[in-house]
Amino acid sequence: MKQNLEDQTLTSIKQNEKTGACCSSPLYGSKTISILSSQSQKVIRSTSSDITFSDHLDHFIARLGVKREKHIVEPGLYAMGIPKKESPVFVSANYTLSFDALRSSLKGIDCYILVLDTKGINVWCAAGKKTFGTNELVYRIEIVGLDDIVNHRTLIVPQLGATGINSKEVRARCGFKVEFGPVRADDLPEYLKTHHATDEMRRVRFTLYDRIVLIPVELNNFLLPFLIVSVILALTGNYTAVAATIATAISGLVLFPILLPWIPTTDFSTKGFIIGGLTALPFVQYSIYGMMDETLWVRYVWGLAYLLVIPSISAFLALNFTGSSTFTSVTGVKSEIFTYMPKVAVISGIGILLIIVLTSMRILEGI
Amino acid sequence: MFNSYISNTLEYDPELCINCGMCSIVCPHRVFRMDGKVVKLLDPLSCMECGACQLNCPTKAIRVDGGVGCASAMMLAAIKGKKEVTCGCDSSCC
Repeated sequence: MKQNLEDQTLTSIKQNEKTGACCSSPLYGSKTISILSSQSQKVIRSTSSDITFSDHLDHFIARLGVKREKHIVEPGLYAMGIPKKESPVFVSANYTLSFDALRSSLKGIDCYILVLDTKGINVWCAAGKKTFGTNELVYRIEIVGLDDIVNHRTLIVPQLGATGINSKEVRARCGFKVEFGPVRADDLPEYLKTHHATDEMRRVRFTLYDRIVLIPVELNNFLLPFLIVSVILALTGNYTAVAATIATAISGLVLFPILLPWIPTTDFSTKGFIIGGLTALPFVQYSIYGMMDETLWVRYVWGLAYLLVIPSISAFLALNFTGSSTFTSVTGVKSEIFTYMPKVAVISGIGILLIIVLTSMRILEGI
Repeated sequence: MFNSYISNTLEYDPELCINCGMCSIVCPHRVFRMDGKVVKLLDPLSCMECGACQLNCPTKAIRVDGGVGCASAMMLAAIKGKKEVTCGCDSSCC
């Protein structure tokens, strides 16, 4: 067992040197039991389709966006059930959410899973960076000695891996035929009956659930700036402004992902601006009609500040969500950045300046 | 109005198509359809430029400037003065 782990460590280190890995930290002593095959480099680990409590906990932490690069599986070959020479080989990424989605979908199927070293990143994103790519696949097939383990020459690769894997080149370089399976692992049992994926299986979705599970990561990414602003405003005693800050975060990072398909317009920035505008309204109203101990112009300027800052920050947060969405093109996102971001910068800049001036006046009055 | 996604870099040359169907297999937005002797562009505006079709087309009949459609990655690359846009390991989107 120890020898085996050391071998694997060596392999990992070699691979890291080869690809210049930036954030790989192999997870040793994982839950899987390892067995040695004839050559010590060629390790087949065993795994099962069961998702344990600790797997669920790991998924939960991954979804919160905590220790993002640490949710990794050791790259290599895994046996599930009692695979034979003719058993199918599935290819996955070494991100626990990817690997676990695959193995939990293959209940009762004896097979091999070839885990590529994607530095703990999911199949699609890794394929975009080519770490889930032709070179890594060919290399991994070679070092696990897949040629001798199975008697067929077919690999079932997730469809979204096609962004990184050139099937023709894989075949030319190592003789394995790449069969692109469905987008989602849970369609695999159905797919395996005919080896034909329906149009629906081939289409990527972005359902309400898909969007909701992204919210904690979104919140996590922008937590710090919002926290700092809230604390500063709270220190000045302006709790309305604190509430507005929190509302802005909720608008751009929670409401926007949930309501995405139903907000008018196509661009993410304008959708964010609209939802931010609606969020700003109660604060504008409160400033003008509620802050009765302030002079009239101060109330109006606060109202204006909220009207400028909340929608523009919300638009910025919404645009950032393009990276998490499943359908925005580079050309479109670029066009959005050029069209809206200069305006957003100016509008929010003026608004923030107003808030700084108003807040400074508050502090000076307090003294 | 308010739609930046009205054009993209997808180019397809039906004369080079051998009707192997790879593009229609790999495309996650069903842009291509196998229909008759060559593949037809069914919904080119749905293309998100992931590049899977270009990579897997055996005759180079498809061209697309593939890349990461992620605003934070692009803005970060612009700020840092990098030409290549990648979402790094520490980025938010992956």
